[in-house]
Amino acid sequence: MSIQGKLKPKFWDYQDVAAGPFKRLFNFRRIWMLAVLLTTVVTLVPLISIILIDYKVTQNSIESEILLRTARLVSNTRRTISFFLTERRSALNFMIQDYTLEEFKNPDRLALTLENLKKAFGGYIDIGLINPLGIQEAYIGPYQLEGQDYSNEWWFKEILYRDVYISDVFMGFRQVPHLIIAVRHTQPDKSFYVLRATVDTNKFDQLLSHLEVDGEGDAFIINHQGKLQTPSRYHGKVFETLSLPVPSYSPRTQVLEGKNAKGKTILIGYAYISETPFILMIVKQKDILMKPWYRTRLQLIGFLAASVIIILIVIVGVSTYLVSKIQEADYKRIISLHEVEYSNKLASIGRLAAGVAHEINNPLAIINEKTGLMKDRLIIKKDQIESSTLIDFADSILASVERCAAITNRLLGFARHIDVSIRPINLKEVIHETIDFQGKEAEYRSIEVSVDVPDDIPQFESDRGKLQQIFLNLLNNAFAALSDGGHLNITVRKEKMDLVSITFADDGCGIPAEDLARVFEPFFSTRTMKGGTGLGLSITYGLVQEIGGNITVQSELGKGTSFNITLPLKPPKS
Amino acid sequence: MRVLLVDDEEELVSALAERLSIRGIEADWVTSGEDALKRIQSKTYDLALLDVKLPRMSGLKLKKLLQEKNAEMKFIFFTGHGSENNFKIGSAEAGAQYYLAKPVNIDLLVHKMNEIFNK
Repeated sequence: MSIQGKLKPKFWDYQDVAAGPFKRLFNFRRIWMLAVLLTTVVTLVPLISIILIDYKVTQNSIESEILLRTARLVSNTRRTISFFLTERRSALNFMIQDYTLEEFKNPDRLALTLENLKKAFGGYIDIGLINPLGIQEAYIGPYQLEGQDYSNEWWFKEILYRDVYISDVFMGFRQVPHLIIAVRHTQPDKSFYVLRATVDTNKFDQLLSHLEVDGEGDAFIINHQGKLQTPSRYHGKVFETLSLPVPSYSPRTQVLEGKNAKGKTILIGYAYISETPFILMIVKQKDILMKPWYRTRLQLIGFLAASVIIILIVIVGVSTYLVSKIQEADYKRIISLHEVEYSNKLASIGRLAAGVAHEINNPLAIINEKTGLMKDRLIIKKDQIESSTLIDFADSILASVERCAAITNRLLGFARHIDVSIRPINLKEVIHETIDFQGKEAEYRSIEVSVDVPDDIPQFESDRGKLQQIFLNLLNNAFAALSDGGHLNITVRKEKMDLVSITFADDGCGIPAEDLARVFEPFFSTRTMKGGTGLGLSITYGLVQEIGGNITVQSELGKGTSFNITLPLKPPKS
Repeated sequence: MRVLLVDDEEELVSALAERLSIRGIEADWVTSGEDALKRIQSKTYDLALLDVKLPRMSGLKLKKLLQEKNAEMKFIFFTGHGSENNFKIGSAEAGAQYYLAKPVNIDLLVHKMNEIFNK
């Protein structure tokens, strides 16, 4: 046997051949499939829904957590950088307000100031005072820049329109990245001068490079044109143009999702640093940030898969077990039904035998008396019997023999059909054949049996033996209910839809309404004390179903009972 | 001894009556309970031989009616039906003196009749 064959439960291909096409109460395969399907749906749908919801919720919360963390980091870093620049700008502002022009022009004073600035704030490289013509009038720093003309420099042109100017990072004369912070001071006579300081961007770079950015992140600053203002870890050196697009302006910290050059999803957090040309950017690899989530997700999916497998195994196992049990019970039911049917058949045969014996004994008795009389006349009376008298005796004896033969032939004909299956049936013939057995009984008890079978009833295929048994059972039932002189009407009618109906209506004692619903139940009998087995009608019911028919009963206590059988004129497709 | 035979098979009772007559027993026959009741109005019988199963009126019922008319009357039942055992019990309950199964053994019948009247 193949593995498939071993796994296949017994009920899968179970066909109760003996039960006939109408006796199968259950389609076990369908019950099994229905049970598996229903239990699977009601167990798996909630489970999968909950896991899907949990999946979404967890994913969303992890994602928003990542966004939030990035936004917070961007925001904090922006504040730090902004503070760094503001601090230096404020120092210059303070100086330009506090110092007189003469003080700035005093090189010692200016040198001391630069020294103090370096000590107090750090990052200052040099400091210079520029007159409205763009000429650096005073300068302290590592280079010789006194008298330098800045009038054509772009930053000087800018400062003419603003009070404060912070430049992009640039190389300038010095060939080191730096930026300029310039403040303008307008005197009461509307003349002005500019205090300019160079600030080392090392401070920025250190700040950003020491920033702990998770997810293989990168923190750097670009200007509004997308040029890197600080070196980055993965996005190019200082002054290179960033491969990512410049994010659009927003007064607040923003976090966007995007794709990098390699097509991987990245998180871009940025903030425009106000009053500067700088945009702080923090770029993170989303995949790496989501790693803990992927692990959780794997566990979740693993848990789901394991649960589904276990649930399915349990459902299939339990369904198979239960359906197997139902099938076993059904099998036992059919077996016991067969036994009951068999005993009913035996009882019918017993009744038949008794009736037949009675009928045969009468002609036998006639033969007995006629031959006895002949002998008596010859031996006791020593008569000479005339040949005409002898012929009378012989005729009488022959007639009786014929009667016996007719009875035995009828019995044989009846018995021959008991185990034969589907054959063309002449309903009238079968009914009369069955009634003949009760003919004498009817005569003795003055029961009038009328049979009405119209000629338009066609022959049809059915099980003759079962029909005989059904009719015998109904006939016996009616005779038991009838009192002497009662009536039994057997009516056959052709119904529409290829059905034929047979009605056994008696005017006997009737069945009480409370018993009517139970008459087809096995072992239900009102005649148990009078030799009823309580099986006749239940077997009749089973037999009618087996040949594809239907039986109903109507009864009124004291007025009589009517059993109606409808049979299909076409054999069932099995 | 006068005997009345009742059975619905005319050929049977007529032949049986003649056989009894040959054996010196005066036997009349009828084929129904109603005829039997009519017959006893004109003639008295010592014994009735009744078939248990008669049309319209069973042998047992007929026996009751006959006995009402003549309490001295004796009865023998005979039948072709049923097991002998049931029949024996039934006829004893009905108060019959004897029972017989069809076909009847004439010598046994005569012997029993004599026995009943010699007691």
